[in-house]
Amino acid sequence: MSIKLEEVTYTYSPGTVYEIHALDHVNLEIGQGDFVGVIGHTGSGKSTMIQHLNGLVKPTSGRVLYNDEDIWADGYDLRSLRFHVGLVFQYPEHQLFETDVLKDVCFGPKNEGLDAEACKARAIEALEHVGFPKELYDKSPFELSGGQKRRVAIAGVLAMNPDVLVLDEPTAGLDPQGRDEILDQIAYLHKTRGISIVLVSHSMEDIAKYVDRLVVMNAGKKAYDAAPKEVFAHYKELETMGLAAPQMTYIMHTLKEHGMDVDVTATTVEEAKASILQALGR
Amino acid sequence: MGIIKASKLGFDYFKYNEEGEEPESYRAIDDVTLDIQAGQFIAVLGHNGSGKSTLAKHLNGLLVPSEGTLWVDNMDTSDEEDIWKIRQRAGMVFQNPDNQIIGTVVEEDVGFGPENMGVSTEDIWKRVDDSLEAVGMVAYRHHSPNKLSGGQKQRVAIAGVMAMHPKCIILDEPTAMLDPNGRKEVLKAVRTLNEQENVTVILITHYMEEVVLADHVFVMDQGHVVMQGTPREIFSQVEKLQSLRLDVPQVTLLAHELKLAGVDIPEGILTTEELVNVLCQ
Repeated sequence: MSIKLEEVTYTYSPGTVYEIHALDHVNLEIGQGDFVGVIGHTGSGKSTMIQHLNGLVKPTSGRVLYNDEDIWADGYDLRSLRFHVGLVFQYPEHQLFETDVLKDVCFGPKNEGLDAEACKARAIEALEHVGFPKELYDKSPFELSGGQKRRVAIAGVLAMNPDVLVLDEPTAGLDPQGRDEILDQIAYLHKTRGISIVLVSHSMEDIAKYVDRLVVMNAGKKAYDAAPKEVFAHYKELETMGLAAPQMTYIMHTLKEHGMDVDVTATTVEEAKASILQALGR
Repeated sequence: MGIIKASKLGFDYFKYNEEGEEPESYRAIDDVTLDIQAGQFIAVLGHNGSGKSTLAKHLNGLLVPSEGTLWVDNMDTSDEEDIWKIRQRAGMVFQNPDNQIIGTVVEEDVGFGPENMGVSTEDIWKRVDDSLEAVGMVAYRHHSPNKLSGGQKQRVAIAGVMAMHPKCIILDEPTAMLDPNGRKEVLKAVRTLNEQENVTVILITHYMEEVVLADHVFVMDQGHVVMQGTPREIFSQVEKLQSLRLDVPQVTLLAHELKLAGVDIPEGILTTEELVNVLCQ
């Protein structure tokens, strides 16, 4: 599995006074098993970019390749691409509509043309993978809490057995524990199913904790594409892009300025703790 | 008596099934008593479903208590006669800025509230000027709201509430959908209103870092207020907060972890400066 964006440019309202280049010659490759984070301020082009990954929008120029095939070539089966690249939008629970949880999750596989039994098996597997409790399968999705609804919505996409799961701020509006549970679950899926994950987030702390690789979007261009630690070392540049580094980065830099011999690349609480203890000689 | 006072507040949601059947009820808030003084900056924490938003909707009469009484500026919210006055005194800002903006131009949107209150045209413009100034959005007054960033839209929504000259502003997760910069902008605007205009602020949030500057924090669980105190008092109880599905600011967590590892650090460190001072003496 691989998705490639080659020199992708996307222009909203071309030829009018409202013309905006949402994406400007973006190159990106997502390979099998990657866990990629995407950050960027509102309007940086993140959402436009991820909508290219499963062909929801067509580049104004440039190419999108899935397994080295141009998805916009004549005769390409775009519909089946969307089963391979699952997109979970912001506030996906707004898209729940069925009368019970199980039926809602079955909707995807049903549209793939699977029979009722197979749909159900897929749905149950997906619900198990997001840690959704069995006893709630026949509840109306509208009776569930925010975190549970979010799980059902993610399961709905997972039930199509995608090779890539793209999530646009999957934890917005969840309480801290709900946030951790969903992200742990996604990390678990990445590990056990081996699927590739693209995670869009506004939380630098979550990004620092989970992803292997970080893409930074700014003004329609890819500003960075590297390991999170490398990217966060440029925290001053990130700030000029309306972003920030994780809180630990600031703490470690301040400690260093005050003469403590700590590792300024620490981005998580665990790393910071280890480095401070070492500096204190414990 | 404070600007907002609740006495033994309870609220039941009803779920109606088949016709003729008894509706099922669900108690969303229970026995909540609080007294908020004018000019305070209050934060409310609680996991999803803990009753925070239900409580918030009581504070300007969007919901009327099933039990107990709520007074806003000495007016009982269950008294229908005062409802418009109450909503003018206590303004509300919600999570999604796109659901709260109706004007096609920023300044018109901000003027919508006072216009509905029957304020004279001249005074409306003055209020619009002042409110946009207070949230730092004067430069965008002639812009179309839908071309603004999330943080800017949310500040316009706050200005729209400010233009009604409320004594109190309730913000229900105003930063949940915003990027880091947007979050900073909105918080700064809210703090300015509190400090300079002396507006009482009630901020509901899932971001622990936003709570650090509050005067007083309420923590809700299963419809009850289960903890209250200053941010330092609240965040000193890391394990208790975690058992309530909450968290502490990352710097507080780091200090707590270091303490557990044997470093001599007091509980309830709230800022980077405090931690640095303790570690680098």
